[in-house]
Amino acid sequence: MNISTQNRRDFLKKSAIVTIAPGVLLYSIAQAHNAERPVTSATRWGMLIDTNKCVDDCTACLNACTEEHGLTENVPAEVKPVWIRKVTLRDRQTGKESSLPVMCQHCENPPCVDVCPTGASFKRDDGIVLVDRHTCIGCRYCMMACPYKARSFVHEVLENQKPHSPRGKGTVESCNFCVYRIDTGKDPACVEACEAKGHQAMIYGDMNDPDSEISKKLKEMSSSVLRPDLKLNPGIRYQGL
Amino acid sequence: MKNVTFCIIEGKSFAFYGGIIVSVFFILLGLFAAYNMEHHGHIITGMNNQIVWGIPHVFAIFLILAASGVLNVASISSVFRKIFYHPLARLSALLAITLLIGGLSVLVLDLGRPDRLVVAMTSYNFKSIFAWNIILYNGFLLVCTVYLWFMMQRSMQRYYPTAGLIAFTWRLILTTGTGSIFGFLVARDAYQTAIMAPLFIALSLSLGLAIFILVLLIDCWETKCSLGEGILIRPKKLLGILIAGVFYFVLVYHMTHLYFTGRHGVEYFILANGGIYTVLFWGGYMFLGTILPLLLLYHDRFTRSKASITTAALLTLIGGFSLLYVIIIGGQAYPLEIFPGKEIISSSFIDNAVHSYTPSIWEIMLGVSGIAISAFLTVMAVRILPFMPRSLADTDVDEVFKG
Repeated sequence: MNISTQNRRDFLKKSAIVTIAPGVLLYSIAQAHNAERPVTSATRWGMLIDTNKCVDDCTACLNACTEEHGLTENVPAEVKPVWIRKVTLRDRQTGKESSLPVMCQHCENPPCVDVCPTGASFKRDDGIVLVDRHTCIGCRYCMMACPYKARSFVHEVLENQKPHSPRGKGTVESCNFCVYRIDTGKDPACVEACEAKGHQAMIYGDMNDPDSEISKKLKEMSSSVLRPDLKLNPGIRYQGL
Repeated sequence: MKNVTFCIIEGKSFAFYGGIIVSVFFILLGLFAAYNMEHHGHIITGMNNQIVWGIPHVFAIFLILAASGVLNVASISSVFRKIFYHPLARLSALLAITLLIGGLSVLVLDLGRPDRLVVAMTSYNFKSIFAWNIILYNGFLLVCTVYLWFMMQRSMQRYYPTAGLIAFTWRLILTTGTGSIFGFLVARDAYQTAIMAPLFIALSLSLGLAIFILVLLIDCWETKCSLGEGILIRPKKLLGILIAGVFYFVLVYHMTHLYFTGRHGVEYFILANGGIYTVLFWGGYMFLGTILPLLLLYHDRFTRSKASITTAALLTLIGGFSLLYVIIIGGQAYPLEIFPGKEIISSSFIDNAVHSYTPSIWEIMLGVSGIAISAFLTVMAVRILPFMPRSLADTDVDEVFKG
């Protein structure tokens, strides 16, 4: 009898665990991953790049981007898709040199979105500017409109695509802030690579959240944007430029 | 008023069949180029991530502008009631349709995804001038077709002036839209100016009239329709005025840029240091496309000769094409000013150099096929329907004019 009662109790316990545990697990995953949360304008993703910390000959962010999105086509430089590039500048007046990565600036008022005839270029509510590869007709007007030359056209047949970052021949593409990583609570690949190198020149976060690291830094120090005269309010800000 | 009679072309001559064969040959070449661009990607073209619009766009915009401008002859007849131009109105409206189809074909076949044309037709971003242009171009085809119908069917002729007015207004808006494709680009020094719209309107009128004169001469030669010198004198005078009009807008455009310190770089590039762009501006547009035709049209020595009018029309087209090449490709070749006040020491994406562009044979094939499509459609149309006046002899036209 005793044995049988014990068995029944065990059975009920195990059944409860088997039934409830996956639900609890799924619930906790849902809580941990932002992908389940709706994208709203309460968030404004942005990046602060400290040009004083960006090392001139370091290309860790570029390599990470190439690896992450499979931008490995072996084609001439003029047609090679470039989502992020390194630029070294010298101030014409003072002679100060700075090194910085340049990518899609994820503008608040993006000209690429304005000009796109089909609406394939669009801005998510959280400020990330993306291209819908299903409705891009490959007219390249967005490339004409982008003040930062941040967009590339896929000129060639693609091989070895990454499933998480699909691309398409004959369509336009640009930095997507590794949106699928952000939606699951991770940093973009370039930021992670910069951090792994120990340079910490790139800080990524929600510029609308006063407690985020990026907001605190932006509040503490002066920063600038590229082409401020255009009043596009880019999401990428530079320090020390 | 003596009724103008129209005829179809006989279509039995060597010139007719020759024209058909040549245009079909170039259309097939263009389709072959488009197939290859679609199959291999745009890597086989000279276009790249720096020069994103190349010679196919020059051909396409050239044809689209000419389509809008060529309707001018019909507009003068129906909107401004100049009966003198009435016999030519049908051909004018026909050319507006065929040239636009030719230009749009090139534009569509150059897309990265031409198979998604249906997306472009059904999914609109109304803030985009490009999207508006899609509506304007399609609408223009419709408006011109109705205009032609009213023009050609006697029972509908009372609506003909209204249709003419709508077509006239529509094409002004259409060319404003085409110019604004460049005028609305905020970041490029060569563009971002409202004058692009009137400049393109003026250019469309001169290109359109030049094409009209040439087509009229060819058709009259083919149909052996008597063409009096008188019929060419008025368009000739108008062509001169339009060439001068384009020059005025080009002058104001460059004067404005020369005044803005921030745009001295691009001006120096186009006017003095831009290699092929400088040569095309001064040699192609200014000398061949403006000074020479004006001399041919206004100098006493040449002014009444049919050959000089033909040459002037041809030179106008060469000048217009050169100007469009300089605007479209030269404007992109000059590097973007992304870092004002900074010198770019190095860049992994060619930020610090003038961008190079060499058109590939595929692009030229595609571009020329646009002209071939327009020519083919025009020849077929004048063979099937009566677009051509039976006589343009001075005596007949004068009688019409007197009426």
